[in-house]
Order: sequence, then C-alpha cells, then structure tokens
Amino acid sequence: MDVAQLVPLAGVAIQCPAVPGRACPAKEVVVTVDNATATPVVIGGTRGGPSAPTLRQDRWWLQPLVTVTILTAFIVYSTWAIFVNKDYYVGATLHRDLISPFYSPCIAASCVPGSVGTTVVASWWHITPALIVMGGPLGFRLTCYYYRRAYYRGFWQSPPNCAVADGHRRYTGESRFPLILQNIHRYFFLIGLIFNVILTIDAVMAFRMPGAGGIGFSVGTLVLCVNAVLLWLYSISCHACRHLCGGNVRSFSRHPLRHRVWKLLTPLNARHMQFAWASLVFVAFTDLYVRLVASGVITDPKIF
Amino acid sequence: MTDPTPAPTAADATVTLRVWRGDPAGGELVDYTLPAQDGEVVLDVVHRIQATLAPDLACRWNCKAGKCGSCSSEINGKPRLMCMTRVDELPEGPITVTPMRTFPILRDLVTDVSFNFEVAKRVPAFAPPPPPPDGYRMQQVDVQRGQEFRKCIECFLCQDVCHVIRDHEENKQHYAGPRFFIRYAELEMHPLDTNDRRELVRQRMGLGLCNITKCCTEVCPEHIKITDNAIIPMKERVVDASYDPVAWLGRKILRRRKRTPDEAAATAP
Amino acid sequence: MPENESHRYDVIVIGAGGAGLRAAIEAHERGLRTALVCKSLLGKAHTVMAEGGVAAAMGNVYPEDNWQVHFRDTMRGGKYLNQWRMAQLHAQEAPDRVHELEAWGALFDRTPDGRITQRDFGGHRYARLAHVGDRTGLELIRTLQQRAVSLGIDVFMECKVLRLLTDDSGAVSGAVGYWRASGDIVVFESKAVVLATGSIGRCYTYTSNSWESTGDGHAMAMWAGADVIEMECVQFHPTGMVWPLSVRGLLVTEGVRGDGGALKNSEGRRFMFDYIPEMFRAETAETEEEADAWYEDHANNRRTPDLLPRDEVARAINSEVKAGRGSPHGGVFLDIASRRSADYIRRRLPSMYHQFMELAGVDITAEPMEVGPTCHYMMGGVRVHPETQAATVPGLFAAGEVAGGMHGANRLGGNSLSDLLVFGRRAGMGAADFAEGRAGEPAADPAQVDAVVAEAVAPFERDGGENPYDLHRDLQTTMQALVGIIRNGPELEQALEKLGELRERAGKVHVAGGRSYNPGWNLATDLPSLLTVSTAIAQGALARKESRGGHTRDDYPGPDPELGKVNFVQRQTGERGYAAPIQISAEPLPAMPAELQALLEEGH
Repeated sequence: MDVAQLVPLAGVAIQCPAVPGRACPAKEVVVTVDNATATPVVIGGTRGGPSAPTLRQDRWWLQPLVTVTILTAFIVYSTWAIFVNKDYYVGATLHRDLISPFYSPCIAASCVPGSVGTTVVASWWHITPALIVMGGPLGFRLTCYYYRRAYYRGFWQSPPNCAVADGHRRYTGESRFPLILQNIHRYFFLIGLIFNVILTIDAVMAFRMPGAGGIGFSVGTLVLCVNAVLLWLYSISCHACRHLCGGNVRSFSRHPLRHRVWKLLTPLNARHMQFAWASLVFVAFTDLYVRLVASGVITDPKIF
Repeated sequence: MTDPTPAPTAADATVTLRVWRGDPAGGELVDYTLPAQDGEVVLDVVHRIQATLAPDLACRWNCKAGKCGSCSSEINGKPRLMCMTRVDELPEGPITVTPMRTFPILRDLVTDVSFNFEVAKRVPAFAPPPPPPDGYRMQQVDVQRGQEFRKCIECFLCQDVCHVIRDHEENKQHYAGPRFFIRYAELEMHPLDTNDRRELVRQRMGLGLCNITKCCTEVCPEHIKITDNAIIPMKERVVDASYDPVAWLGRKILRRRKRTPDEAAATAP
Repeated sequence: MPENESHRYDVIVIGAGGAGLRAAIEAHERGLRTALVCKSLLGKAHTVMAEGGVAAAMGNVYPEDNWQVHFRDTMRGGKYLNQWRMAQLHAQEAPDRVHELEAWGALFDRTPDGRITQRDFGGHRYARLAHVGDRTGLELIRTLQQRAVSLGIDVFMECKVLRLLTDDSGAVSGAVGYWRASGDIVVFESKAVVLATGSIGRCYTYTSNSWESTGDGHAMAMWAGADVIEMECVQFHPTGMVWPLSVRGLLVTEGVRGDGGALKNSEGRRFMFDYIPEMFRAETAETEEEADAWYEDHANNRRTPDLLPRDEVARAINSEVKAGRGSPHGGVFLDIASRRSADYIRRRLPSMYHQFMELAGVDITAEPMEVGPTCHYMMGGVRVHPETQAATVPGLFAAGEVAGGMHGANRLGGNSLSDLLVFGRRAGMGAADFAEGRAGEPAADPAQVDAVVAEAVAPFERDGGENPYDLHRDLQTTMQALVGIIRNGPELEQALEKLGELRERAGKVHVAGGRSYNPGWNLATDLPSLLTVSTAIAQGALARKESRGGHTRDDYPGPDPELGKVNFVQRQTGERGYAAPIQISAEPLPAMPAELQALLEEGH
C-alpha cells in the first residue's frame, strides 16, 4: 500500500477526511485477517515538548550501567576461565569430585584425567574442552527474553532506559537477520535442559569423597548443588518453557493438567530476571570455587 | 483525636509546574507557581493554573480517577497519568510537564493520538461461533487471561514510551504497538475466537520490531504485564506458526502448508 | 462568514458512552449512514466509571429471578414515579443485551458451570448484576467501542455539539458543533438525531461525574422545543470526599460507618446524636457509649445514629455545614482513624485504604476524611416515548442518562448500565425507523447556524468581563448549597434568583486565546447548558412539594400520594435558549395495566 496516497489524518477525526462540504460515505469494508493493512500515518508530524534526548531527572543511567558492568565482568572472567584450560577439576588426589560448570560435560581428548564424565566423544579436540560445551548455555542466555532486554538496553542503547532516546538512527528490531534468530530460543531452552541434567549429575557426584570416607558433604558439594538448583530455576522460569508447557493453549479448562503446570510456572516466570542474574553470578562463582580448590589456593572444607 | 482539622500546609509553600506550551509551530517551557495544597495530584495543579493564571492551557482529562486514561503526559520526563501522580511524591523543585512525545502535537499538553485509533480499526474483530441456544459457556480460568488485558484504559502511555515508534517515526506504518499487542493477545487467547491472527501480527503489525525492553510494562498504570503476559506469548505463538524449524520440517514432510490469512479468515463464521 | 465543514447523515448520535455507542451500532446495522459525535476521545466517556455491574434478570445464580421481579424492584426503587413501560421493557430486554455483549467479545466473570455470574446489589431482590470485577463499565464501553470500530461507524472525536438545528416544521434536521482541536465549526445535516450525552454532575461542586457531564443533551433538547421530566430527581450520595482535590467526588461507602467510622463536626462532636428523628428513636442509641458498644454487641445495644437512613444522614450533614460547624472545605469529618486500629481498617477496607493512599496520600488509618453530599446520577431527562425513545420533537431521540422516566425518583445500582444497552438499542432503532420514513434530505438553515456560531464565539469578541471559571464556580456553589441533597422552598427561590443573575453574567463571559483546544472557551460553551439544566432542576425541585426518592424537601418531609401520580414537565414554549424562561407543568403519569399493577402489589 502506498502510504503517500492515504488521506492524512485531520485533527482527531478518525473516520472522515475533514473535507469541507462533503459527506462521509458509509464505510462498508470490514477488516478481516486478510485485508488488514498497514497503518496509514503522516510521517513527520510535528511533536511537542522540548527536543531533548530525555527529560528524566532521576538516575536513569544507573540501571544500564550496572547491567553492562556485571555482564562485562562475567564475559571477561568466563573467557579467561574457558581459555585457561586448567584447574577445572578437583579429583581423587584432593579426595573430591568437583568439576567446573564451564567444563562439564568434559568430552574432549584434552580433558584432564578423571574429569571425563562418560566417554570422550570429541577425540579430535585438543584445545580447551570448555569451548565444545559453551555453545548451549551461551545460546540459551543470549536468546533469553530477559537477557535480550538487558543487553539491548545496556550495550545496544536501544533504548538505554524508558523515555530516553534510542542510541541508533535506524531500527528494525528482531524482524531481520541476525536478530530474527532470537526466535529459536525454545531450542536453546531444550538444550539448556540437557546441561541442567548433566550439572545435576555433577552435583550428585560431588557427594563422592574418594579416599575420604566415600560419601560426604563439603562446601564444594553445596556450591555445585546450589548452582544446579539455580540453573533449574532459571530454565523452568523461562518464557519459552511457560509457553510450551501450557501458555500455548487457547482454553485452559480443556487442558487441566497443562493449566496446572502453567500456574506453577507463572510465579517463577515473574522472577525470571532474578534467577537469570543469580544463576549467572553463581555459575562464575562455582567455577571460581572449583578453580581455587583445584589449584590448591584453598581446601574444600568438609561439612559432614 | 482532639483536633480533627488536618494540619494546613505552611502558608508560604509553593508548587511550580514547568509546562510545555506550544503548538505545531513551536513552543517552550513556561513556569507557573501557585501556593501548594495538601494531597494534590499534578492534574489538580494544572486545573488551578487554568482557573487562575492560564485559562487557555490545553490539557485532556475526564474522570480524574485513573479510569479513563485521558490525562497522559510526561512528568519529569516519565510517561504518566497526571491524575495519578501526586505532587508530594515528586522530588523538590519545579515539576516538568510535557506532552506525550510520540504523537504529533495539537496544543500544549494535548497530542493527536489518532495513530492509535487507526491501528484499532485494523484489528480483525472477534469471531465467535454462533451461540448455542442457552448462551455461550466459558470457564473463569479461560476468561481470566483476557480479562487482564481488558483492564487496559487506553491511556496510550505504552505506545508513547515504546522506542520503536517514539524514536523511529517511520515504524508507525507497520507497527501496532504494545496496546494492540495486548488486544491481539486477548483475541488469540479468547476461548471462543476462531480467527488466526498470528501471521498478520508477524507480517503487518510488526511484532518482530519489539525488542522486549519492557518499558510498556513499566509505565502501565493498570499494571498489566504487557511484555510477559502478552507480547512474549504472542512472539512464541508466532514462532509456533512461522519460525519453528521442527514444525516447518513437519509441515514439509506431511506436505502441509501454513494457512494463509485468507484461509484462516475463511474458517471464521 | 466562511463556508463551514459539513456532513450529511441519516442518523447522528451525540455522545459516545454506552447508550450512544449502542444506538450507533443499531442504526448502522440497519444500513443507515450513521455518525457518532463525542466531546472526548472514543472510549473515555463516563460509562467507564461504573463499577458494580449490569442488572439483568438472567437467573444464572437464582433461577427464580425473572423480569417481573426486576420490574417490581425497579418500580419500588423509583418510588413509582417511573414510566412503567420503560421499566418493563428494561427488565424484559436486559438479559438479551448482556448476551449480545458477550458475542461481541465481552468477558464477564463466570459461574462454576461456565455461565455469566451475577452479584447482589442494594434494592435488587436476587443476585442480578453481571460484572467484571469492579470495572464493568470499562468492559461495556470497550466492547461496544470495538464493535463500533469493527463495523466502520464514522466517529467524530473531540467534537462538541453546541445546538440542534430544526427545520420549518420544528423537526430536528441536524446539529452544529466545533472541533475541540481546531475550534472550527462543523455542521451535521441529518434525518434523525440521538442524544446520549449523559449526566449533569458538573452543575455541582461535589460530583463523581467527569467534566463532560454538563447536561448538554438535556439543554439542547429543551432549546429544540422538547419536554424534559423529573429534573428534580438527582441522586446524591451523602458521603463523597470533598477534600483533598485529588479525591474530590470519590464516594465513601456506608461500609466505613458500618465498621466503626463516626461523623463529627468541626468541634469534634458526634453530631448525629442531635438528629435522631422520632420514628427511629426507639432503635437508635442515645449515648456514644451505647453506640460504640453496639458494634460489638447488637443484641443488648441500639444502633449507632451514624447508620441512620441515607436522607437522615444527609440532612444532618447539611444542617451542620449550614450552621457553620462544617469542615474547612464544606463537608464534615468522617473519623475511623481514631476509633479503630490501623490493622483493622486495612483489613476491612482494603480498596478504600489503597485508593486514598495512592491518589491523595491520605492515610485513612491516621486522619479523618472530609465528606459531604456528592452528586452522582441524574434520573430526570428528556421525555421520551418508552418504545422508540422519541422525544416530543420529531427526529429527536434520547437514551441513557439524558433520557428521563426509566428510573423514576431513584435509580437502583446496576440499572444504569442495563438502561444504556436496552434503550441505546431502542433509540437506534427508533431513529433508524424515523430516518427511513423521512422524505428528502434535511438541510441546515444557514441563519440558525450563523446564530449559533455567533453566540459561541462571542466571548472572544468581548473586552474584559466574566471569567468562565469564576462563573462556573459560582454556579456550582449555588447549586451545591441551595439545590443540593436537602432542599427547601425559600432556598430554592433564592437559588432561582441567583441563577437569574448568573444567566445575565453568562452574557458577559470573556475568554482569551485562540479557538484551538482552548479549555477556557470550551467551558464558556458549556455554561449555557449548565445554566439551563440548573434552572430546570431548581424549578422542578420547587414544584415538587414532597420528599420522594432522590428528591428530599426539608419543608415537606414525607411523600404526597397525589404528587406521586404526576411528572413535572418542563419546556421552553416561546423563546428558546439559556436566557429564556422555562415553563413547568404537572402532567399525570401514564396508567399502568392491571397485570403489572398486580405485580407491584405482590409481597416479598
């Protein structure tokens, strides 16, 4: 539809072009799904108010600043932790079975002895094993509806905060490549679930104390357990999960079971942001803790 | 209680409103200072300015109780209802009151919001099946989701704050905005509706332009969870219809095409 | 004079609240060229404020409910001053109108078996109000608005109609108005006009109505030669907030008094003990100790006088304020803060607590409220044919609050929303029938248009003079003080005298600035309507020498059976306009058929 041909909207009349002396024809066209058109608007209508990027007087810049700071710190730390390729596993020599979440499942030929969960799948892989597995969790977080909000605001400044001018002249949102790929979030959610299972197994394995009484519970065990719980909470509070588990039905009463699941997930979904931050920070902390124990900086105290 | 008279405000306390006055030809911020009164909202001060200092100060309002959504403006730079913003909750100093930025100015605090009514005209109507003899039956759990969206008072603050059109005028041609995404969500979640509007929302209503930065939810005076309960579920429904590779593969293998909007409309009674 | 923008339609509907929207939908679906003209944006009308629900005897909750019971409740509530045929049609058709809304997308709250649930309300024998939480009015207007928009009805938003046009035979031929945005004049030529302009609340200082309720329809009908009836019947709530400004007009439910709130004057005295009428003396506590004990122990104590009937409370508040013992802003104090714990108040009155806290920063657990009688609803209005809603002038129709007769002397809660739907549709039908039968296209009389325009823009041309805001404030003060909830002869005569002065001052109003979105000018153009309806209310109140329903006369405290058989009809016979006199006469109510009469006499 050629926008230029459309009648400019006069004043506040929504129907009649305000042509003096002419009656409005009764409109017979009823909008259907098919014939609904783009919205005819006059481009460049003069706007009111001062032409300033924002008139906000509060510290609106604080929120994006905090987001950028924490995410940058995480990226710097995790990049280092991924490429350092050592101290990610605490094994039998220290009477523990603790593995960093960045390196689990360890399936490359380069994995340190004992860290390999099941079998070496990628026998041809000789650089840091963390690189093989980071794609799943990274993709899940990159396409997450919450993180999207956080980095679009913080890094991309689009917009930096509400009622603050966009940092970019052109904007196409998530309607084109590459951002249109955000729509595959649900598959990353499913991949994320696989990692959650593996990290849960890691947490269970962390109860093993080789050479120190068989089964026990140390601070390291606790850290891995908390990490697994937070990751589960982050995953099941995901918007795609809420949709797939029940949100996609038209009638709850005809799907009572899915309605119950949806009702369970809804309050968790409301806290998705909190779970996103908590699990992010805690993943890094878990890696740090394992690293400190593995490198001998600290010993992992046994609780019982 | 011995003295039921509420404590009067100190006689010299004042309130200053820095109001944008102007029209399409231009305008400026003008300060109006009045004696302060207890428990006032910004709209009360605007009314007092009209009655004393500036009888021609243009301002749209109706119910003055947060139910009609007429007095939308930007107070200290934030999109808000004037009738729901108390003066005593704002920081000291002049209060800036400006018209909604996203819509063309008519005069002073009044903007031409006809964009929204144009978008409204393009929403394909609710299409229920013919009613059974004893009326439709619907369960409370099924109507509740839509009821949240029907709380909308059409103040258009979400449309105003949405950077997709606030900062990118050209997007108005193909973007419905948060207020209408909740309308589409309401219809998609209506237990009786038979239309499928997902392709329409994707192709012509610009759902993909939304980058879920959630400002609409932040400014909603009715506290509707626009992003979490309407826009994201709509995005997921659009994924179901258009972007899901497994669903796409399934359609290919089973030689099933996606329904065109035409076909979807044809199934509507 | 430049040529004005002009539009030709079969039916124009003035006002886009529930009744206007419903009328426009009906006329449009009949295939007629229909336009909807409203003062505000579409969907902002005062209908959104209705909370309770739509009264309709659907029998979803109580199967024994039916239209006969609803009819009887409505007539009893209206103290038998209702037009019986309207009350009957209303009760019979309301359920269909509610179901129709559902087919248009409304989402009412449900019963466990999936039907529309219904709630109890004062005056209704059975739970009868279909509702959506406490925002039924919003649901109703949004549903009708979306329906109207999907049908493609032409809507003229923010277009204020000044006056109706008539042809040589006296029939209505259109209307003149102006765009608020530009101030430009717009002329409508139309075969039929439906008035759906709502209420008159802005005549009073304290009102729950929005700025739009200026009685435009009532006044325009009179200026076109139509009859109005029962203008004296205005519904007040005895305790609405008068201060702070941000909550002025909000109604404070009787529940506050039921939960321990006490009315006090500026001296801190619980004045209700001074106003216990003889007939309630036996059952009402005489000391504060006994009244306070009653809350805990109903059996051994008599009821607190704070809970006397509505009109007794109103009369007491009225007397205290007039004796100079009112609160600083013209009300009295309603104190629950010093009498109940903060926890208790928050638990018993959660929504009141939050509303006052959010809107005004008033903590009702810490300070008393300032309350006074508040104008809420207008029962009286344009005299219409009960089936077609036709006014006494050909081509003119009225529905909703602007039409009179449906509610008699007092309206039951929930009946207003069903009134809009039932009679909105009937007005649309009536207007469509009339338009189809009307020969030729009516044309606007340029002389009439010019006269209306000249009067509307005159305030710009005067040098100095009255400020419209001051005049409006004085009008409100007069009406609130002298034609308020409790009336008496001398005060009403005084009011009429003052209204005469105000009408003269209205001829001297001056406004500054331009015509584009100028609220001062907009108010100046509302003043003629406000003055006309105020005068009609005062005249009607003076004529009805009895107390009945919403109309209470201190000097005639009881009902008069003879006056219960008549309507007071007002019209402008000679000269028309706000400055011209209004004639008033008593006319008998239409006789009710025996079978309906029998319904009324059945006991509960």
